[in-house]
Amino acid sequence: MAAVQPTPAAAPPLLACRGLAFARNDEPVFGPLGFALAPGQALQVLGGNGRGKTTLLRVLAGLLPATAGEVAFEGRVVDRDHLARGCAFLGHLHGHKGELSTLENLRFARALQGGTGDPEQALAEVGLAGHEDTLARRLSAGQNKRLALARLRLTGARLWLLDEPYANLDLAGIALVNRLISEHVAARGSVLLTTHGAYAAPPVPVQTLELGA
Amino acid sequence: MSGADGSLATIARAQLARDFRLVWRRRGDALQPILFALLVVVLFPLALGAEPQRLARIAPGVLWVAVLLSGLLTLDTLFRGDLEDGSLEQMMLSRVPLSLLVALRILAHWCVSALPLILVTPVLGELLHLPRALLPPLMLSLLLGTPLLSLVGAVVAALTVGIRRSGMLLAVLALPLFVPVLVFGAGAVEAAAQGLPWAGALYLLAAGLALSLVLAPLAAATALRIALS
Repeated sequence: MAAVQPTPAAAPPLLACRGLAFARNDEPVFGPLGFALAPGQALQVLGGNGRGKTTLLRVLAGLLPATAGEVAFEGRVVDRDHLARGCAFLGHLHGHKGELSTLENLRFARALQGGTGDPEQALAEVGLAGHEDTLARRLSAGQNKRLALARLRLTGARLWLLDEPYANLDLAGIALVNRLISEHVAARGSVLLTTHGAYAAPPVPVQTLELGA
Repeated sequence: MSGADGSLATIARAQLARDFRLVWRRRGDALQPILFALLVVVLFPLALGAEPQRLARIAPGVLWVAVLLSGLLTLDTLFRGDLEDGSLEQMMLSRVPLSLLVALRILAHWCVSALPLILVTPVLGELLHLPRALLPPLMLSLLLGTPLLSLVGAVVAALTVGIRRSGMLLAVLALPLFVPVLVFGAGAVEAAAQGLPWAGALYLLAAGLALSLVLAPLAAATALRIALS
């Protein structure tokens, strides 16, 4: 079901799963899955709507308890809370407060994640320069996505979990996601992203994991 | 370890600042429960007639009920916004425990919904001809009782946050838990009015507050985790 690739013995995989499965009300959603993600690797989770891509990411982010199996982070088998602290998660909901400006949203996100980046610079990098004082609820769907992407520039997390990062974005936005992923992978970070296959893969070495085939 | 403590303080400050800023941006909404409590208190003399003795007798109960109901009004929104816009997910992914963030959220809620009412209680007491001697026990019972209401209410709000239009359910679940607080809070003032010792009920409220300060954030955080899954 899943492609397991051997990883170099020197560096333990950043994220490794064995027999990972999730069931909701005894209905299996995905799994059992096994894969390993080495530092500097990207993994693309493919699958149609309702195949459990988002659920897999939420389990890996520690937002949902896995029904079976274990997850190792940096070579150690860890629990939910540890997973939650170690990753940056970009979901369908952006987690912005509409009544706060873009900059205020980013400053709060940085404090919450304990990141070190510069929020104003991050805004400029995602093409929102000049919108520092715009309330988040006045942004378009694509701009909101860009604001969520800006959060990735602030966090120090090595593992990025991106759920449909290309959704709502224009061509420049898709290029932006690809650039963010390339830079993160070049810095020996790992990215796990879901797409339903309609978009091109990011321009980095990518493993794929097909769900619900 | 000092680095972790520092970041804890930073996160706590950021969370409180965010909550207060959000309230300020929607200050019309925030004012609503306070106005509600004021209206209830003002309407009582109009409905019962301005007979000082009668008003003085019911004043502690009226003030307590008004504060309790206005707190109930805002309870439903305590975590709903954070759940719907995904802020709750990001809070769960933070490096600090969710229960701490929840505790800060409750603190902000109490500061906005209950503290202003406690501050204007002397004025409201005047409206109801509350004897001056009863003001200290009333203020003390409110100071101990309203945080307890916020904490217990937050657990119920967290339990029902996953259910749409849960306002009614929330009220039905929360009210039985609020009753003891109301009984002891208003009871202390009643005892003081009759010249009886009134400290006992306040000690019970304080004990309840100490217990729920520790347990309620943990319970609410657990309920929120369940709501998210």
